[in-house]
Amino acid sequence: MGEPFGVFTSRVVPLAAENVDTDQIVPARYLKVTDKDGLADALFRDWRFEEDGSLKDPPFVLDRAGMAGRAILLVGDNFGAGSSREHAPWALRSWGIRAIVSTGFADIFRNNSLKNGVLPIVVPPEVHRRLWEIVERDPDAELTVDLAEEGVLLPDGSTIEFTIDPFAKQMLLAGTDELGYLLSKDAEIAAWEATHPPRIDSLAGAR
Amino acid sequence: MTASATGPRTIVDKIWADHVVTQDPGAPAVLAIDLHLIHEVTSPQAFTGLRQRGLTVRRPSQTVATADHSIPTTPRGLPMVDLQAAAQIGQLEQNCADFGIPLHGIGSPSQGIVHVIGPQLGLTQPGMTIVCGDSHTSTHGAFGALAFGIGTSEVEMVLATQTLLQRDPRTYEVRVDGRLAPGVSSKDIILALIARIGVGGGTGHVFEYRGEAIRALTMEQRMTICNMSIEGGARAGLIAPDDTTYEYVHGRPHAPQGGDWDAAVARWRQLPSDDGATFDKTITIDADALEPMVTYGTNPGMGIPITSRVPSPDDEADPASKRALERALEYMDLRPGQPIIGQKVDVVFVGSCTNGRISDLRLAAAALDGRHVADGVRLMVTPGSDEVKREAEREGLADIFKAAGADWRESGCSMCIAMNGDQLSPGQYAVSTSNRNFEGRQGKGGRTFLASPLTAAASAINGVVTDPRTLPGIESLAAVGGR
Repeated sequence: MGEPFGVFTSRVVPLAAENVDTDQIVPARYLKVTDKDGLADALFRDWRFEEDGSLKDPPFVLDRAGMAGRAILLVGDNFGAGSSREHAPWALRSWGIRAIVSTGFADIFRNNSLKNGVLPIVVPPEVHRRLWEIVERDPDAELTVDLAEEGVLLPDGSTIEFTIDPFAKQMLLAGTDELGYLLSKDAEIAAWEATHPPRIDSLAGAR
Repeated sequence: MTASATGPRTIVDKIWADHVVTQDPGAPAVLAIDLHLIHEVTSPQAFTGLRQRGLTVRRPSQTVATADHSIPTTPRGLPMVDLQAAAQIGQLEQNCADFGIPLHGIGSPSQGIVHVIGPQLGLTQPGMTIVCGDSHTSTHGAFGALAFGIGTSEVEMVLATQTLLQRDPRTYEVRVDGRLAPGVSSKDIILALIARIGVGGGTGHVFEYRGEAIRALTMEQRMTICNMSIEGGARAGLIAPDDTTYEYVHGRPHAPQGGDWDAAVARWRQLPSDDGATFDKTITIDADALEPMVTYGTNPGMGIPITSRVPSPDDEADPASKRALERALEYMDLRPGQPIIGQKVDVVFVGSCTNGRISDLRLAAAALDGRHVADGVRLMVTPGSDEVKREAEREGLADIFKAAGADWRESGCSMCIAMNGDQLSPGQYAVSTSNRNFEGRQGKGGRTFLASPLTAAASAINGVVTDPRTLPGIESLAAVGGR
């Protein structure tokens, strides 16, 4: 994964939709790639582009003036529903999104995001409404995301608190990944395996 | 999960406790994985990661691969025209060869949709932890396994360590009492559940489906329900194993044999949730009151009993729900208050990991026997696996489909995910036995009505959304699905 997740300040991309599924975030026809690169153009593809590749008119929120470079997505409840495709956070990250603020996330999407340096921030509905009002009043309002302090600093100087799984937080702040942690448990895994014979042998009959 | 080690435990508690390798204070548990299923779409980047780190696959013998998502369902002898998909499948073949993983790929008699072949091969067994880079991994919960979808980073972790980092899930009891009426199926149970709780209703939870109506279901019917747990937001959904389960597993290629079988069944009989076990949430559904269900909108929670009318945004109090419904109806080009029965249909799709098994095809074939698909309607039948295809051909189902004017295909995910060229044209309406009606899911601009195989077949015959209970002889027809 790489770089530690530091404090950052950004303006906000507001997307007024609930239950946004990962088929919208990256349509299935873009899942034939064998690497993680180049998915920024696939992001919200069918909400952004016409058949001929031109932008929709009016443009989707990502393509409106001044949106490029923004790193915070403010979106409705249950974001990332449906398919487990990690292409969704890959595409968001590739476009530049580093934090997503919602009242809730689908489980698999949340896990996938955390593994790709995209921070899902869950806030209560009243806080969500407040953020929405701030961005409506001033579309260029800047928020500062401070993962270490588990807070989002608002333009008026006040702070919204959020909570995050402490382990995921530690991983993000250190810029390390879970695989490294699991590999460090090799002895424990080997000991478990020694006392728990495999329940299947998928190679049986294939040999 | 709230149960103590000594008090009454749920099946989830038991499977969980059986698989925790170790857990540091404050960290998630290191959970051992019994079976890892992989396919071409969500695995390439994981293998790339292994190579970059110089890692091997820890347990190839607990890993199984197939190609299903992007493969054509045209006759197998034809070359693949989609070069990107062909390259992806080539990469899967190379990865399996390099890392020693058994592959049930194109041309193998055991190829099929990953969630169809696991149970079919006897790989899916009670009490297991099963993962796959696919959200419909919840299907395997039908056997009393803890089975859930994971992302590609997690695929890499399981390949490398045969474990995952997991927080223990909360539990959600879904009790389905009573009996289903003829023409109402397990698909209708799960669509009714999701319509009630919404597509995020089960987030953070594992569903345990219980009750008389669940016990009465066959394994394939149970798989249909567990399959769509994720559409209710739950990563996993399961059903405690019973004699129906053991009968289905017994004798399959990877099932335990001889003395091992008896020992396994004795172990499996300990799995069901203890009397007095508590759940974090509970909901009760009355099977007697259920009608065939159909979706009208753009997520699986937008479903109604088939005799109902399309809801009106004006009746939605919550502004977000109102906006979502308006947008959905605009996309679907449906009017508030219109009956869903009689809505024109262009395509009918029977297949997928939800309803592409032999009993699903038997139901559809029974409804179509001696009848013909309506003029202008395309009926596409895609078996869930190569074995299902052979069985359907042996039983004469394929002949019935062809005589009815259906397009009889090779196995694969096909029009459920529409990444292999099997897709709707913009604006077309489909009744589909698959699991997702998201915008563009079955083809850009396509419009999906999710329904059961019987509803799909009845709609194909009439060319409009049709209540399967109006089919002649519905009682004997419906009984076909219980075989």
